[in-house]
Amino acid sequence: MCTKIALVGSPNTAKTSLFNLLTGMNQQVGNFPGVTVEKHWGKFNLPDGRVAELLDLPGAYSLNAYSEEEKIVSDILHDRNHEDFPELVVVTVDVTNIERNLVILTQISDLNIPVIGVLTMNDMLAGKPIDTNEMSKAFNGIPFLKINGRTGEGKKALIDFISACQIKPVEAFISFPLKKNLNLAEARRDAEARKSDIVRRLTEVPSFVRESRDTFTTKVDKILVHPIFGYGIFALVLFLIFQFMFVISAIPMDWIDSIFLNFSQYLQGKLPEGIFTDLLTQGIVPGVGGVLVFVPQIAILFFFIGVLEETGYMTRVVFIMDRLVRPFGLNGRSVVPLVSSAACAIPAILSTRVIGNPKERLITILVSPLISCSARIPVFVLLIYLVIPNTYVYGFIGVQGMVLFALYALGVIGALLVAMVMNKFIRSTEKSFLLLELPEYRWPRWKNILLHLKEKVQAFVFDAGKIILAISIVLWALAAFPKINDAAVEQGKTQIEESYLGQAGKSISPVFAPLGYDWKMTVSLLTSFAAREVFVGTMATLYSAGENFEEDESLLTRMREDINLQTGKPAYSLASGLSLMVFYVFAMQCMATFAAVKRETKSWKWPIIQVLYMGFMAYTLALLTFNLFS
Amino acid sequence: MKKSLANYRPGECAQIVGVAEHAMGAKLIEMGFYPGKHVKVLFRAPFNGPFAIDAGGAVLSLREDEASLIETIDC
Repeated sequence: MCTKIALVGSPNTAKTSLFNLLTGMNQQVGNFPGVTVEKHWGKFNLPDGRVAELLDLPGAYSLNAYSEEEKIVSDILHDRNHEDFPELVVVTVDVTNIERNLVILTQISDLNIPVIGVLTMNDMLAGKPIDTNEMSKAFNGIPFLKINGRTGEGKKALIDFISACQIKPVEAFISFPLKKNLNLAEARRDAEARKSDIVRRLTEVPSFVRESRDTFTTKVDKILVHPIFGYGIFALVLFLIFQFMFVISAIPMDWIDSIFLNFSQYLQGKLPEGIFTDLLTQGIVPGVGGVLVFVPQIAILFFFIGVLEETGYMTRVVFIMDRLVRPFGLNGRSVVPLVSSAACAIPAILSTRVIGNPKERLITILVSPLISCSARIPVFVLLIYLVIPNTYVYGFIGVQGMVLFALYALGVIGALLVAMVMNKFIRSTEKSFLLLELPEYRWPRWKNILLHLKEKVQAFVFDAGKIILAISIVLWALAAFPKINDAAVEQGKTQIEESYLGQAGKSISPVFAPLGYDWKMTVSLLTSFAAREVFVGTMATLYSAGENFEEDESLLTRMREDINLQTGKPAYSLASGLSLMVFYVFAMQCMATFAAVKRETKSWKWPIIQVLYMGFMAYTLALLTFNLFS
Repeated sequence: MKKSLANYRPGECAQIVGVAEHAMGAKLIEMGFYPGKHVKVLFRAPFNGPFAIDAGGAVLSLREDEASLIETIDC
């Protein structure tokens, strides 16, 4: 017995540290059925050779469920037939918040589930340490142990206790029975009775001395939530994250790109010509590269978010941003993901797990691809070179730069407005609330950050990666078949033009004609679903020109000279160029984002809704732009 | 005189007398706003943002509408 163990505790009680301490690398991650809450479990060995299973339940203050996480904990512990129902519950109790953390401990004990209290953060108490025997005596004999999550001190005692499994019945703390789904009045009665019972019992623990908040945190808070310095420092932090995601990550991303390009060319040279080789070198290898290329940005963003969460600074961000972002239906925790989506929406979407409220999280996921990401830059730059004159207003404000800035601003405004609208329409069972703890500042636990980072990267590569790879193979096949024949080559046609994708682009081009697009643009819109920057490559292929338009003028020249056969005017006019730019601001042309949203919302519904709403916005606003400027 | 916690300014102390009938009632009590408890408003976020309240060691932040659910008297 005692080999099926659940770990329970409030957020910020070193619960994750204890889980990592016990299971080490021997852990797995999945999802609780029907919700997007992550499920972590692992195994560890007992001294007698048996193996104990440890389930790390989500953070919960009480069995009176208020959040999605608390509901999971409550559902499992109230149901003896549940597959995850434990034989023993280990509750982490942060001694600096002992009153609050004991609520769920006494509740679980009152359900007659064997429970043990693990006191954490003992080194944060300045006074004398709490005596575990006194605690045990005051709390009806529930065993208490101490653990230091950083040094591992106390781990052996806990494992020995689990192994011995000497569990004695514990007298009830609160006489009226605890049941699932208490009504409002019952829940209040339970909370009040339990709270005053805990406060009374703590007076029977002579070694417990209430601590006041450390002066370091008080001093730092004066600066970090200051009306000027607070926002200034947060802006600097965002700037730093953005720099790393945008500039530093470009280095490993270029390596990954060139490794896969070289590998693909190497295979092309070695293998016999044929469909299989093409599939491998043009479909699978670039597809895998297209998944791995996102890893640097994901790792960088999760590293920074990990540090912000671990130090306690993230709660201050929520505190100062809450009032500002609430009108948009967003959460203070939405700000870091939204800003980082200006580099790339994929890491941003994966990082929205830190947003506790499901509705606010969903809105953040749905609007973040509207913020212009780095993949749009080559498209914008090419189009700006084509249709915007390189002139200056008042002698120093470059018109081309202004247009680029306007496109970014358009994305941000679009994201905020859409968030506002979605806030009205998306129903939520969970009311938005803040009620958040501002913990004392502490040094980050690097091991927790790195484990979490590794888990996120793995989840992206193996989970979202499958979808990305599948879509890229399909897109390759659609562009590679049917093979172009010699007659068409002689007429100067290209493979992409003759392919299924090219034919599809041509046949739906009337739909896009009102936006000012010809069939070449329509084909490029389709290929761009792989990633937006593919637009440039497709154009280069269609115009048989070099892709590097900043050095090789041929693409720009040929596009500039091209005539739209329907209108007889230049294909790239101010109106059609701006219309295309606006389309790229709003349309969700990114299969990796699609896959990330599928993974993070656990459904096909939301990524499909996202493609549709963004496509609708892109079409109507591009139509409007075209008509305004022509 | 009965007030709500939302009426207090940074630096002021309040004694909790009760929590309004509300879905968040039990939660607020469990988090530390139970009758008899003395709490202190530490600071507020800019633009009438949330309150930071010292509830005996731990500091909790509450939005104005959450703080207004907590009935208090001066202490």
